[in-house]
Amino acid sequence: MMAYIIRRILYAIPILIGVNIITFMLFFVVNSPEDMARMNLGMKRITPEAIQQWKEERGYDKPTLYNEAKEGIERVTDTIFFQKSLKLFQFDFGSSDSGRDIGYDISQRMWPSLAIALPVLIVGLALNITFALLIAFFRATYIDFWGVVTCVIMMSISSLFYIIGGQYLVGKLLHLVPISGYDTGLASLKFLILPVIIGIIGGIGAGTRWYRTLFLEEINRDYVRTARAKGLSEQWVLFGHVFKNALIPILTGVVAVLPLLFMGSLITESFFGIPGLGSYTIDAINNQDFAIVRSMVFLGSVLYIIGLIMTDISYTIVDPRVRLQ
Amino acid sequence: MLGLFTKPLYLSAIATVCLLFTGCDGSPWNSPYSVADAQRPVLYSSFSERPNHLDPARSYSSNEYAFIAQIYEPPLQYHFLKRPYTLVPLAAEAMPEVSYIDKRGQQLPTDAPVEKIAFSEYLVRIQPGIKYQPHPMFARLEDGTLRYHDLTEKQLDRVHTLTDLSETGSRELTAADYLYQIKRLAFPRFHCPIAGVMGEYIVGFKAYSDQLKQVEQQLQNELGEERPYVDLRDYEMEGLELVDNYSYKIRLKGKYPQFLYWMAMPFFAPMPWEADHFYAQPGLRVRNIKLDWFPVGTGPFMLSENNPNLRMVLERNPNFHGERYPYDGEPEDYVAGLLDDADRVMPFIEKAIYSLEKETIPYWNKFLQGYYDTSGISSDSFDQAVLFDAQGEVGLADAMKEKGIHLTTAVQTSIGYFGFNMRDPVVGGGSESARLLRRAISIAVDYEEFISIFANGRGVVAQGPIPLGIFGAKSGKEGINRYVYEQVNGKIKRRSLNEAKQLMVQAGYPEGRDQKTGKSLVLYYDAVATGPDDKARMNWWRKQFTKLGIQLVVRNTDYNRFQEKMRKGTGQLFSWGWNADYPDPENFLFLLYGPNAKADGEGENAANYTNPEFDELFMRMKNMDNSPQRLRIIDRMVEILRSDAPWLWGYYPKAFSLHHHWYHNVKPNLMANNTLKYKRIEPEARTMQQSQWNRPVLWPVITLAVLFLLSLIPAWILFRRRERSRLQ
Repeated sequence: MMAYIIRRILYAIPILIGVNIITFMLFFVVNSPEDMARMNLGMKRITPEAIQQWKEERGYDKPTLYNEAKEGIERVTDTIFFQKSLKLFQFDFGSSDSGRDIGYDISQRMWPSLAIALPVLIVGLALNITFALLIAFFRATYIDFWGVVTCVIMMSISSLFYIIGGQYLVGKLLHLVPISGYDTGLASLKFLILPVIIGIIGGIGAGTRWYRTLFLEEINRDYVRTARAKGLSEQWVLFGHVFKNALIPILTGVVAVLPLLFMGSLITESFFGIPGLGSYTIDAINNQDFAIVRSMVFLGSVLYIIGLIMTDISYTIVDPRVRLQ
Repeated sequence: MLGLFTKPLYLSAIATVCLLFTGCDGSPWNSPYSVADAQRPVLYSSFSERPNHLDPARSYSSNEYAFIAQIYEPPLQYHFLKRPYTLVPLAAEAMPEVSYIDKRGQQLPTDAPVEKIAFSEYLVRIQPGIKYQPHPMFARLEDGTLRYHDLTEKQLDRVHTLTDLSETGSRELTAADYLYQIKRLAFPRFHCPIAGVMGEYIVGFKAYSDQLKQVEQQLQNELGEERPYVDLRDYEMEGLELVDNYSYKIRLKGKYPQFLYWMAMPFFAPMPWEADHFYAQPGLRVRNIKLDWFPVGTGPFMLSENNPNLRMVLERNPNFHGERYPYDGEPEDYVAGLLDDADRVMPFIEKAIYSLEKETIPYWNKFLQGYYDTSGISSDSFDQAVLFDAQGEVGLADAMKEKGIHLTTAVQTSIGYFGFNMRDPVVGGGSESARLLRRAISIAVDYEEFISIFANGRGVVAQGPIPLGIFGAKSGKEGINRYVYEQVNGKIKRRSLNEAKQLMVQAGYPEGRDQKTGKSLVLYYDAVATGPDDKARMNWWRKQFTKLGIQLVVRNTDYNRFQEKMRKGTGQLFSWGWNADYPDPENFLFLLYGPNAKADGEGENAANYTNPEFDELFMRMKNMDNSPQRLRIIDRMVEILRSDAPWLWGYYPKAFSLHHHWYHNVKPNLMANNTLKYKRIEPEARTMQQSQWNRPVLWPVITLAVLFLLSLIPAWILFRRRERSRLQ
């Protein structure tokens, strides 16, 4: 398995280089270093000299991908792409274009993101599985029918609607929790309740339907029929056998998203004023801060690859038949 | 089962619920603030965009000034109540003494003609006894050396933010600190946005800038550091003179009366040399502890919490020298109660908490719940808050009145205009045909309708480039643009479309067709229209041009590309705006001064307009004091512009803002940024209202829970039935 993991990590390098190149190209198609300088220096009374100096100080005065003025390897290395991307592979994110240390900002902002994402994942998972099992238990009854209809309705509603509706109902009309905001330590709890509840409710429709499908697929298998033939109660069949076997795809799916929990949610964080990594990325895009954008994209890619590797490993743990070679 | 709950467990469960909702102390459950501040004069406000710079040499935008203008004290400020906007001393003891000098170094009388003035000298005397806020940079050891100016990595181990350096100190403000800051403006490292303008006026500014660039380069080579510390005290700028501890002189080239306005901006606030020395330590820089992030000033407030991802907190500066609320204003200010606090020592509030609020919906709802003391009005909530009566007068909606909310409005010192690229062969240039075409379009584009539809009525149609309230602007019949408006039965009316069509005929475009080629006239509008609401606006623009038979093609782009087109002068029609730096007509008329053409070199004249007479008058006007003679020149300049019509004059936006009844001393002052000190809060009234407006409503939650439980009954029956059938 070790060899497999090493091989997967090595495969990740060209993927990360590719992601970097694509991010770089997309960013610089839309924004030139000059645009970035203008955004950073302000819109009024900016002189060409100030722009040039800003670019020089941050290394944006170099050619983007190929430096014709240089000789040999420097034609590639003395470029914005090389200079800005190489350090990422050492996880040295450097400073943002406005001069702040990105690594420090990430270390500060990942916790609020996690504070929402983790309870949403755990409680949401528990609820979705419970509802899915109930619906599967009452399959082919009106509970199953209306359960599925409700799920379809819930998954058809935009997450933005849940957020605005939730803020309006719970925060504005019922006055139960703050509409938005955040605080540190224990004081953050009252701010987290609403986004967490909304995150959970927003995911119930799709989650329950998906898990119901998994459970129903298992229910029709031979071993379930055998269990029933042995006279086991339906509850025992469902919770003792079906649930256990359906856990394999559930667990692997969950493991894949675990590392990405740090990355936060763009919309939720923005509407609830939560200082997480989701809003960090959005702000960076709006401010044309390439240093942050490339760092966040790189981090997202790394975490995604880690998630996929963890998924593969988790297969071997939950299903002894699977071997990584 | 309940027996499993031991007493401590039971109590801790209750404590946890209380903690979650913080409602056990009687404060509303949905209050986003700490209970400790409830009864204190704390102002609650918000910000939507994190400030980029808090260094007064770099900062130049309103969202940054909202903070630093409360912290730094330049020599001058705008009078809070007087209109037109009037400068008064802030840290200065009195208004600067201005003297004029000719080429030979001889003093000139104050009314000397501009052309004779070679230099102006500003003598500023500051108040003695002003002290800086407590700050670690001033902390000293027993032997007198600065405690935190040579921090080792070991000492920095536990330092994550400035407050981790526990000891603070202070010192008296001196005139040298003001001069030090002016030197900072010239230091290329700080990218001061007004360095270009100041370089034209302050004697020796450019040379100093070049010198510092060389010094920095030399130090970089010698020390191998990217940003070596440069002690600006070691280098002198020719135009600056330290007279004594409390006085300094600035020497300018020629006459530049607008310089006084600059002296009311944070650019000219004092900066202690210790600040640069302290923040230059590499260990602090890597921890994001820098002057651009942690300001130090002498003003009424200091930044006690700087977390722009969440909250910015200004707290009263314990060392503040004290300033008294103005005792004079305008007659209506007495009636409005704006002089109730006359002569009282400011500031009235202890703390101002600014929370990050990116979205307008939660922000608006929190204002209505009483959790923000003041609010702007977004277009989403405009109809909910404001009503227009049959006469077009603005008023508050009943729901707002019931809550005791007040509305204030003010015409902003800004302009939103629609420009023609004067270098374009069709719409630009000084030919009669192009001029008539521009005038025809000026009549056809109904800006009254634009303001009504797209600005919710929040604007005044512009008659020229100078917004109302600024010297040279005229309101009413006296100020109308006769090329676009006329008086009918004593009322001002936009000229008829027939007149515009007639102008089109004279311009050579009857019915919008080029009479030479017979082809339809097609014009191109370069717009930044990326939002969902922009489509309607673009359709409106097309409709305006269609009135004259002109086909308008909208070339939609992003702001970067739009700016690029403007810089290259390749656009044809465009919309843009300008926000005044200071209340002087020069700050608007320079937007059309020929040598400022954007296509030639990054000036602010985006229309690339040139008119020799206008340019000559501008040069005469710009350095004059306000006088009847200056007014005559301005009138002539405005007349030239109206005739040439390089812009559709667009509109002056009107600011609408709401505040609760417990928030006092509200008078819009669009030039002053340091108005927090004047504000007064009644915390008791606020707490009472917050409690009344935010009583938790629990019955829907209980009902929902009961309904959920009831919905389980049929499921339970079904389950039992199924179990029984299996057994049978």
